[in-house]
Amino acid sequence: MIERDELLDAISGFGLFADLSAPQLEAIIHIFDERMFAEGETIVHQGLSGSGFFVIVDGEALVEADGRELARLGRGDFFGEVAILLGVPAIADVTATRQMRCLVLPGPQVESFLVSQPKVMFRMLQAQARRLRAANRSGT
Amino acid sequence: MTHRGDSSRPFPPGPYPVLVVGSGPGGLQVSYALRRYGIEHAVISEDPSPGGMFRRWPFFQRLLSWTKPHAPAPRGSRAYERYDWNSLLADEPEARALQPDLMDGSSYFPSRPEMEANLALFADRAGIAVRYGCRWTGTRQVDAADGGGFVLETTDGEYRAGSLVIAVGVAQPFTPPGIGMELTHHYADVRPAESYAGHRVLMLGKQNSGFELANGLLPWARSIVLASPSPAKFSVQTRSLAGVRARYVQPFEDFVLGGGVAVLDAALDRIERTEGGDGSLTVRLRRTDNGEELAIEMDDVISATGFTTPILDLPDIGCSVSGRSRLPLVSSWWESTTLPDVYFAGTIGQAAKGLVKHGVPANSGAVHGGRYNAMVLAQRIAETRFDVAPSRPALATSDLVSTIASELAEAPELWHQRAYLARVFTMDAAAGLVDDGVQPLTHYLDAGGPDAVAVTLEADGTGAIYPVLYTRMAGEIRERNLQPDPLLRYDGPDARREIWAIVREAIPDLPAEA
Repeated sequence: MIERDELLDAISGFGLFADLSAPQLEAIIHIFDERMFAEGETIVHQGLSGSGFFVIVDGEALVEADGRELARLGRGDFFGEVAILLGVPAIADVTATRQMRCLVLPGPQVESFLVSQPKVMFRMLQAQARRLRAANRSGT
Repeated sequence: MTHRGDSSRPFPPGPYPVLVVGSGPGGLQVSYALRRYGIEHAVISEDPSPGGMFRRWPFFQRLLSWTKPHAPAPRGSRAYERYDWNSLLADEPEARALQPDLMDGSSYFPSRPEMEANLALFADRAGIAVRYGCRWTGTRQVDAADGGGFVLETTDGEYRAGSLVIAVGVAQPFTPPGIGMELTHHYADVRPAESYAGHRVLMLGKQNSGFELANGLLPWARSIVLASPSPAKFSVQTRSLAGVRARYVQPFEDFVLGGGVAVLDAALDRIERTEGGDGSLTVRLRRTDNGEELAIEMDDVISATGFTTPILDLPDIGCSVSGRSRLPLVSSWWESTTLPDVYFAGTIGQAAKGLVKHGVPANSGAVHGGRYNAMVLAQRIAETRFDVAPSRPALATSDLVSTIASELAEAPELWHQRAYLARVFTMDAAAGLVDDGVQPLTHYLDAGGPDAVAVTLEADGTGAIYPVLYTRMAGEIRERNLQPDPLLRYDGPDARREIWAIVREAIPDLPAEA
């Protein structure tokens, strides 16, 4: 099961999944879908509904809102959760700047997933808190 | 269009503008569509006759996709295509809606032989020429200095083409590596059902193929176990084709009612011959919900672990693939993003995911989705590779709301390829309002352009199917949903008022609705 083992190795090093046991990590890779995105492909469209929650396994992405660069994301980062948690359209464009491999969870499944994996929810909350602190410091 | 070679062995090796590989639904439909645009091409197939995977599967000889002989729309009409998932598309009446006439009335799911007959009849009636018994064996890319394009090596000789359309299905049996997997047999190698009489059978995999086998073996097997790491999903829960189809759910009911079937969320550790057993196998599993280890003694273990894409050496010359199915990485027009001029049709078209809004995928992996993709792909190849001018009929602004309402009532492309294909109406600076036809929605969203409106149907996983209009004004896209209608009618007065209000944002001088 080379591909599965490789994927397990990759995500076991991600902060989001840092508290999970080996069987829990294995469950993660079966709950999420795996998708590849070509360089230049827009993965999330600002203003559109119905996107998913993405965890980057490989590759890089640019996050822009209203044409303004907000962040660059890489391996282990995640995106798409804000629109799902708030039940609103996507708040930014996310575009692959290099070929990307992601784990994807459809929006309607995110709540039940987080409730079933409170450690992941806590890690996500920590990441959001860091982003909020950074935004406050930069005055945005 | 005439073709080279005699009628029994058309398309001898040599140069062709486009080469299509495959004679399943994808290859036949894309060949039909290329011819419609006047694009000279050859079609080769390793099979002896049309049909692709339907020459052999599904194993229990009954399809998952329905054709309703008696439907709300007249047979042969465009609207009828919404209810007939299996006939291929043609302009000529004698080649349209062929499936219902070939069904014996015992089910609205055609049998495998009925589907195979449908595809063979289409090839005959539509005059699709194929060089059968010609197997693709290798591929070379030709340097631009030498004219570019590709050389395909085959058992009949070398073909050269500027563009390739690969429609070979997702049909190569895949068994994942693992300890003892050599003791299993794949879905593709399942024996006649009666040979499992009284056996204990374990299916690795809980998707359609695993449940299809379990369902078919219910009258034969002594006990059945279905196991895979993630929980089974059912189409009636996902409200989409993602998940096990309703007609295969019987084994799950047997499981929840304690009838002897077991459905386990467990990862395979290993399979070994049972010590002192009479040829039986011990399957060691680890539950993914609580880590508990299980050992189950079985007589047969079947790998219902899916199929991969048999695209030979294309990855070696630059075609990126992904995932266990080795699907190519493609644009929304089904062109390899890393090996230009190589396109994919048929089941492989599912590689282009589109927006997958609310987690609901397009139906590109099925005939009723892929047949529209093939028509759009042929138009794309014609326009971008052969300078065929796109058809852009003018439309009076006073007719736009009616046209949109009528499309929402009838357009099979929009009903079957929800959130993937869209009908686009553009305010062209020179020509005024024009009908830009059917396009991949993501192309419309990402390509930019003049003010326009794109019309789609979408589903959100709750069971509702509703129209979505994407207006583009000064380059900015806005998504506007219509209210879901429980009877799915979107051409009545209320829907027309909603459409009018949305479209008017993009076209301020839109005449008022009567």
